[in-house]
Amino acid sequence: MIVSVASGKGGTGKTTVAASLATVWERPVWGVDLDVEEPNLHLFLRPAIAGSETAWMTVPAVEEAKCTYCGACSELCQFKAISVFNQVILTFPEMCHSCGGCLAVCPEKAISPGRRELGEITWGVAGRVEFLAGRLRIGEAMSPPLMRQVKARLEQMLAKGGDAVIDAPPGVSCPAVNAVLDSDVILLVTEPTPFGVYDFKLAWEAFAPLGKPMGAVINRAGLGNDAIYRFCQEKGLPILAEIPYDRSVAEAYARGRIIADLSPGFKETFVALRDKIRALAQPSPSREAAHA
Amino acid sequence: MNKIAVTSEGPSLDDQVDPRFGRAAGFVVVDLETMDTQYIDNGQSQVMAQGAGIQAAELIARAGVNFLLTGYVGPKAFKALSAAGIKVGQNLEGLTVRDAVARFKSGRVEIAQAANRAGR
Repeated sequence: MIVSVASGKGGTGKTTVAASLATVWERPVWGVDLDVEEPNLHLFLRPAIAGSETAWMTVPAVEEAKCTYCGACSELCQFKAISVFNQVILTFPEMCHSCGGCLAVCPEKAISPGRRELGEITWGVAGRVEFLAGRLRIGEAMSPPLMRQVKARLEQMLAKGGDAVIDAPPGVSCPAVNAVLDSDVILLVTEPTPFGVYDFKLAWEAFAPLGKPMGAVINRAGLGNDAIYRFCQEKGLPILAEIPYDRSVAEAYARGRIIADLSPGFKETFVALRDKIRALAQPSPSREAAHA
Repeated sequence: MNKIAVTSEGPSLDDQVDPRFGRAAGFVVVDLETMDTQYIDNGQSQVMAQGAGIQAAELIARAGVNFLLTGYVGPKAFKALSAAGIKVGQNLEGLTVRDAVARFKSGRVEIAQAANRAGR
């Protein structure tokens, strides 16, 4: 199974939770950093990197000698990544979404697949956790294409068995949705502050339509007010764990330590969280079925 | 034939120069020999998520323009305008279209060598 650890608001503790959860999960388990714009799971898991590769996406490469400047590609492209001006054809590779439309529509076969660097995919081992991460190239604007390639690699590895804990990007836009799209359970990490509650609602609204089991983790519990608890109750969203607002957690985080390793109590919190996630992933037997 | 396009907040010579190129409201195209004007609405570029400058360049290139007067031009738009053979005069915001054209005709508009805004 795949568990994605997401949040609306940034800085609520996604990586803290993902790192601890991966650490207490039954082997084999992959800790996957899909927050490719600012990956930081490695700071906590501290993997020994075993390999890496550059990720690319297809963009048009024009052979201008064959081009008749008919403008078919330019007309088709909704992103203005290819444009014809009189007797000049221009490409803007950074604008391309890699739909392949220009290659298909060119009557002269003047366009062939070129490539644009998306970033890097790295993998390795962190103790009992297998590590996989994407890192977006500086200057690259689109993260979902790289995330899809990281997920494809994960899928290959999971085919041999095992589970994965995904550290998702914050927010509720394309990258965040892309990160949770293939998971079996979505874990929303939040904090009981007004900002936390506000963004948590956005995250719930964005992810609920996916119809996946969801649960909440309240980080910095004891801070703020009870609005987040009321919201979860109202929506029938189970609160699977609470991490106290505690100086020792902040200090450990600042040192790049894993919270589950701090004390037997914290370890128990994450083991219980793991078990509740597993239970959430199982379709609960309905009452009618029990009677039948 | 000498045609210039001026980014404009409205269709007439008395409207203000729109400081933006790609997301300008529209272009007042002036034929310098006859002083006839034509207005090209740029609404379709304004609503684009990306590539507004490139599309705006396509629009005025199709209108047979060879000089653009505007406020700011980004790097992709500048590249597109250069490919279309359109010369650019920048930093003309705060003027009416009429005043911008007058300044151009009196030879006080410099031909830009590069974009004057960062890309987005």
